Amino acid sequence: MISKIRVSYSKVGKVRFTGHRDVAHMWERSLRKAEMPVAMSGGFHPRPKLAFGLALPTGAESVIELIDITLDAQSDTVLDDLNAMRERLSLALPVGLAVTDIWIPDQELISLQEGVVASSWLMMVDAPDIETEIDRINASSVAMLERERKGERHVDDVRPAILELQLAEPSLIDTFEPQWSVDRTATPVEAVLSNVGRSIRPTELIEVLLPARDPWDHLRRVLRTKQWIERDGQRIDVLADRAACPIGSA
Amino acid sequence: MTSLWSRLEPLLAKVRKPARYIGCEDGAIEPRHSPEKVAWLLAYPDVYEVGLPNQGLQILYEILNERSDAVAERTYAPWVDLDALLRQHGIPLFSLETHRAAGDFDILAFNLSSELVYTNLLNMVDLAGLPIHADRRTENHPLIIIGGHAAFNPEPMADFIDVAVLGEGEEVIGEITDVVREWKASGRTPGSRHAVLRALSRIPGAYVPSMYDVQYANGRVHSVAPRYADVPERVTKRTVSDLGAWNYPRRPLAPLTEVVHDRLAVEVFRGCTRGCRFCQAGMITRPVRERPAEQVRTMVAEGLKRTGYNEVSLTSLSTADFSGIEGLVSSLVPDPTACGAPTISLPSLRVDAFTVGLADKVAGGRRSGLTFAPEAGTWRLRTVINKLITEEDLYGAVDSAFSSGWSRTKLYFLTGLPSETDVDTRGIVDLAAGCVEVGRRHTKKASVTVSVGGFVPKSHTPFQWFGQNSVAELRRKIGLVREAASKAKGVNVKWHDPAASLAEGISSRGDRRIGPVIERVWRTGGVFQEWSEFFELDRWLDALAAEGLTVEEFVTRHRDEDEVFPWHHLSAGLHQDFLWQDWRAALAESGLEDCRWTPCYDCGVCTGDGLEHVVASAVPPAGGSQGTGQDLSRGGAIPVFIRPMEKPVGNTP
Repeated sequence: MISKIRVSYSKVGKVRFTGHRDVAHMWERSLRKAEMPVAMSGGFHPRPKLAFGLALPTGAESVIELIDITLDAQSDTVLDDLNAMRERLSLALPVGLAVTDIWIPDQELISLQEGVVASSWLMMVDAPDIETEIDRINASSVAMLERERKGERHVDDVRPAILELQLAEPSLIDTFEPQWSVDRTATPVEAVLSNVGRSIRPTELIEVLLPARDPWDHLRRVLRTKQWIERDGQRIDVLADRAACPIGSA
Repeated sequence: MTSLWSRLEPLLAKVRKPARYIGCEDGAIEPRHSPEKVAWLLAYPDVYEVGLPNQGLQILYEILNERSDAVAERTYAPWVDLDALLRQHGIPLFSLETHRAAGDFDILAFNLSSELVYTNLLNMVDLAGLPIHADRRTENHPLIIIGGHAAFNPEPMADFIDVAVLGEGEEVIGEITDVVREWKASGRTPGSRHAVLRALSRIPGAYVPSMYDVQYANGRVHSVAPRYADVPERVTKRTVSDLGAWNYPRRPLAPLTEVVHDRLAVEVFRGCTRGCRFCQAGMITRPVRERPAEQVRTMVAEGLKRTGYNEVSLTSLSTADFSGIEGLVSSLVPDPTACGAPTISLPSLRVDAFTVGLADKVAGGRRSGLTFAPEAGTWRLRTVINKLITEEDLYGAVDSAFSSGWSRTKLYFLTGLPSETDVDTRGIVDLAAGCVEVGRRHTKKASVTVSVGGFVPKSHTPFQWFGQNSVAELRRKIGLVREAASKAKGVNVKWHDPAASLAEGISSRGDRRIGPVIERVWRTGGVFQEWSEFFELDRWLDALAAEGLTVEEFVTRHRDEDEVFPWHHLSAGLHQDFLWQDWRAALAESGLEDCRWTPCYDCGVCTGDGLEHVVASAVPPAGGSQGTGQDLSRGGAIPVFIRPMEKPVGNTP
């Protein structure tokens, strides 16, 4: 009997303009629509037992979002049920959200919120000087960013959070088409940004690259392409443990 | 007809809550436009979170999209941040489904729930790139139609709109579609706009202001007359006789972002004959038409399944009055403590213990707060407004609420009512303090919040003759309530800004001369007037003064029997005689029972329209029913406490 499942899903298109809380509500409604046997918390306000992964910034898209769902103990869910669940869920979710995979997470794995140490991003940047700016940041050991944290202005060195940064091969975009279709006149940039400690968001990276400009004047689209966990000092794909349980694969 | 999405997309990341502008809701319909179809853009002149749940708009959206000769999309007022960006980039108002320009549609139909949204309508028409004045629009522009409760006095908007639809839209939208489809098929030739408007004016319930001349004498409306023989002298509202034949929405919209009423809504009946004399909704939506209980159950079950909501609101003007409401509620939630059982909410609670019993039944474990609306502080004043709640009813309701575990109660009151004296005003706090005392027998935490709103007289009601209280007088009365409450334990006071009530009053009984006032307010930046952060009374006062008009004339003056109202030629089905007699009865402190369960007193609606009440039960509901079948002589008797009855003094208009 299965007690917990991990679901990976994508969020692309117009729905990217909804926020993290909105997506949580969409999941709650969609799980009921799909009549999924979700365990409920007790008390006066019973809530479905769901654990969401890292928040995706409003406006950003992703091919790898994660949610852990605790199943109702009385549902007797078995492996064979997971494929049917995947189909029911994809039908129930709004346009732009789609289940890509369902599996039973490794029991050893820590929670999604704490476990993920970094994300890979593919950004479509519309700025003629972007290549020069990328070289400038890569050559520098510091990158200062003024931003608001907890209601106060701070100047942080965010360079340590920029783990990788380079122009991307245009062919990388092909990997995500047709689901993610973008205007190719902008320059593809890929980056791996840390989620640990002084983290940095994709829009903040653009602010570092193109100072004193509105990042959304230059950042056409931004897609999370991978989430990373750490094991034995090694950065590994959060999907790595899926291999042990290839049930429900898309 | 191309999508504006690619131009809009880069702007959305820069604005607050961009999910307001993407559409994509569960239940949204992908429209299939074609040149043969009439394209409706259903517009709500307030922000998305407020407009999305609107049931009227959802119903019409679905009915139109089911037709083979029409498509409908939706739009809501862009918030000020996006409004500024759209204007800066030269992008017009757009639809949510296909993001096409509002000006590409054949009809822009606005739902007007209140007067303070009028400036938003002008702003949206302007943002659409259309002339705001109806007489400047040509055959190349869409028709602008309004509906909703505020359309019952459309005269302040007469310069800006093409058609006002009075009453319920289910049937009339089809008739409008037919006329506009023919206009389109004929190629919308130069000069044809007048002809299509004239054809529309012949549809029952459709009022075309440009087909009527208003004559003024001595600074007041003297007459309103049709300009052509084929235009009706009087336009009467439309009413759907059988609600059971219109089980909409069948595909309720479930948004992707939070909205004000984020739950399924199922309308259980329309109309209300309680006869509260201040209440425009009750007067203009008569008669009562219940939805068959079985259909309610089906709509709840299917709506929950379709949307994934786990909460449903049973809506109406007074849901506890639905015949067999107890049985209905029990059948919806066999066991409210069961995991995953839907929560039921009952808005507009009636004030009696029976109703609290119902609320208890549906509340499950949740006991946040209960709201009642006695509306006036003394029995005398409640007989004036015909809100026949006895103190026994109220204290019984409160006792039942506190004994069932609620610790907070909210009481709604109006102030500035006809014949209201300071005794009545202070009576608000006496009543609230009485409720606290009842509550403290159950819990020491018992508290009561009193919410006070300034009364704005509305068209088509018995109080249409009454002069609204000035801002100063409303402030003084709110002051009385606050002062009295400061000495009463457990009574908190909240109040509505009297300045906003004045602005509402300018339009609510205004005539066509108010149009330029609304335009001035909009041109000086007065949008989102229902939002306190954007409201400034001076904008309204300056605009009135600039037009040479006064607050006295339009708002605070009492009207005489021979007053020709600006809506004289528009009818909600109510006889003018009935309204006048009811006004006199109000001043004589004489109450009127609910005609649903008592003989007809001929208000005019049923007899004139060949309609009748559709109620499953011929007897009033159990356990208190606000006057019906009760001994009204005991109304002010206080069941728990001995308090001297004070005799009201004069001050009748």
